Amino acid sequence: MVSPVLRLCMRYRVTGLSSGTGQKSPALFHKFITKRYVEFNFSPEKPCEGKGETSRMNLCQAINSALHTTLVNDPTAVVFGEDVAFGGVFRCTLDLQKRFGKDRVFNSPLCEQGIVGFGIGCAVAGTTAVAEVQFADYIFPAFDQLVNEAAKYRYRSGNQFDCGKLTVRAAWGAVGHGSLYHSQSPESFFAHAAGLKIVIPRGPIKAKGLLLACIQDKDPCIFFEPKVLYRAAVEDVPVKEYTLPLGKADVLVEGDAVTLIGWGTEVHILKEVADMAKEQLKVQCEVIDLVTINPWDVETVCNSVKKTGRVIVAHEAPLTGGFASEITAVIQEECFLHLEAPVQRVTGFDTPFPHVFEPFYLPDKWRCFDAVKKTLTY
Amino acid sequence: MALQRCTKHLFNNVRVCTSLIQSMKMCSGGSTSVNPKPDADTPIFPGVQSQWAESLELIHPHSYNKFPVYRVMDRNGCILNPSEEPQLESEFVERMYRTMILLNTMDTVLYESQRQGRISFYMTTFGEEATLIGSAAALAYNDLVYAQYRETGVLLWRGFSVDQFVSQCFGNCEDEGKGRQMPVHYGSKNHHFVTISSPLTTQLPQAVGSAYAYKLANNGRCVIAYFGEGAASEGDAHAAFNFAATLNCPVIFFCRNNGYAISTPTHEQYRGDGIAGHGPGYGITTVRVDGNDTLAVYQVTKASREYAVKENRPVLIEAMTYRLGHHSTSDDSSAYRSLAEVKEWGSLDSPISRLRQYLALKGWWDDAKERSWKEETRKMVVNSLTRAEKVLKPDWKEMFHDVYYDMPAQLS
Repeated sequence: MVSPVLRLCMRYRVTGLSSGTGQKSPALFHKFITKRYVEFNFSPEKPCEGKGETSRMNLCQAINSALHTTLVNDPTAVVFGEDVAFGGVFRCTLDLQKRFGKDRVFNSPLCEQGIVGFGIGCAVAGTTAVAEVQFADYIFPAFDQLVNEAAKYRYRSGNQFDCGKLTVRAAWGAVGHGSLYHSQSPESFFAHAAGLKIVIPRGPIKAKGLLLACIQDKDPCIFFEPKVLYRAAVEDVPVKEYTLPLGKADVLVEGDAVTLIGWGTEVHILKEVADMAKEQLKVQCEVIDLVTINPWDVETVCNSVKKTGRVIVAHEAPLTGGFASEITAVIQEECFLHLEAPVQRVTGFDTPFPHVFEPFYLPDKWRCFDAVKKTLTY
Repeated sequence: MALQRCTKHLFNNVRVCTSLIQSMKMCSGGSTSVNPKPDADTPIFPGVQSQWAESLELIHPHSYNKFPVYRVMDRNGCILNPSEEPQLESEFVERMYRTMILLNTMDTVLYESQRQGRISFYMTTFGEEATLIGSAAALAYNDLVYAQYRETGVLLWRGFSVDQFVSQCFGNCEDEGKGRQMPVHYGSKNHHFVTISSPLTTQLPQAVGSAYAYKLANNGRCVIAYFGEGAASEGDAHAAFNFAATLNCPVIFFCRNNGYAISTPTHEQYRGDGIAGHGPGYGITTVRVDGNDTLAVYQVTKASREYAVKENRPVLIEAMTYRLGHHSTSDDSSAYRSLAEVKEWGSLDSPISRLRQYLALKGWWDDAKERSWKEETRKMVVNSLTRAEKVLKPDWKEMFHDVYYDMPAQLS
């Protein structure tokens, strides 16, 4: 196994941030770690066909549109969480209280276990509940309510009671300066709790359709919103209501050389890596957005792997116990004889999410590209 | 201190704390902005409506009067204040009593059956029969119940049959929970009794959410959440109290303070005035009741229900009682409390014998009825047990159903 330090050194060579002699330049190092943004290029979807009128929306506005649509179409629906009333700290719930009133769109006290427990209770009593947890980093006080309660409600009651009308939204992932507690990607913690659905969109069009699907789904869903995309990602989003399938991965770029799997922001990095591979290595990579972390689309992933024989799974969350590990395990079970190289995981390191070292921590295009080269030459 | 005056005044009315209700109404006006009034010499901080103090005073817990324990009967079943006696029909009180006896019998037989290895686990409600039957009888049949695990009597009052209880304990194919949970984790949609889960206190914020849903639906129903004094130490209790108060939810928090959380006695569980003492701090209308007095429990639950539904506000009831049984069949309480203590409580303050004496004083019950009902209930439960044991277990495929609404590819 390559040590994290060695990987960083390799990255220096790729990016040219080290001097020609191989010695690190303190000035360049300083410049690199003082940036305050996540390095990726958002790759917008093509406008949807057959879904009627569209409007330019960023991811934040697409979320707002989905919530607005829900509140119009479902008279029982309520939207709540910390600071939701004035529009939310990310402005996703902007103007909803003005339009739908204080009974349906409201602030909760500052208590995540309360927010989720309350949401479960709403759902049990037949109300559509959309709860906001301000940052995925702060969802852990609600871990018990999500893992022991929401996930098991239908099962333990013999299908007499369920909380399928609950959707928990949370801002997720790296943002460039979020440090330990405004950056985390905790999806794999929840993937271990059968009964929950975990969904992560890669852009505004997906966000609206998937959030509406989560809200209408008969199982409790956790909807992680890549917060770096809230404003950076803009697309022509259908104005009317539409849903996109849960549990279905998207093949965004077809190819035969290497399968690149990611979700959320990482999808855009992988698309860029596919471009780099095409240009520099003259190979065509296949890029898959997993979309739903659990229950995940094994079929789409395995069909791709059987075609390419080489796989890279990338996510921002740490390596050990990350969801890439689960995907990797299934791939070796299902596609062993098709594999030409070991499955590679390109992920955050097994450290807390660091502040000034964020550029080193993230599985950026250079680390992913390096993995592509390695898997091709294995 | 005005707060002390308020608290003292509060205790003049034992049943429902009217002055507190008034003060809470003032505090829960829902204003979203704070308008300082420079001319009025009062504190203008957004966080509190209070008054200035020009001399330093630390407010100690003992500065407050403790919540009194409301009761209707003395330990011999005699009514203490005739105006507080609920005017219940003889059939109704007799049904309460019969249900308590049936509960007692079911507990005895199922406890023994666990000891014989026939079921895997059991939890008795010995000593707490009045808290369960008294409260259940005061609710509307469709008020939603969130139980902790020692509320078998509530479900029994609502008509869940002995066969249904026993089938759940065996996890046979007649168990509504399809054999997935340990014994006593009952649940019944038909009886508006949400399926019990083992984690403590998780049911409290959920009850608040359901109450909020009922408020928006304007359906005249309320929600009751049962929990123990130990469970009140969990963070979810704080969450639930605070959410219920701030979001104006028609929910009754019913605390069974039975003296022990498994082995931990109350003096190692909290320092304040029990669980009732939390109520005013959260802005919740609160009452403490003698949990061994069925009629008193009935009265406070009835008044709390009326208040919760009418005002869309939460109520906290603390019912003082004593857990006569072990925590569960996995516990031997003689390791942390003396048998003499348990015996003394059983003879000194039995909720069942107290209601029986009330019935006898009314001329509604006698020894012959007692013998005959006890015999009948024992036969009922034993027959049910013998039958349930032979009923097949659920289809093995039930292990994989209901994880999700639709079975995912990984399971199918």
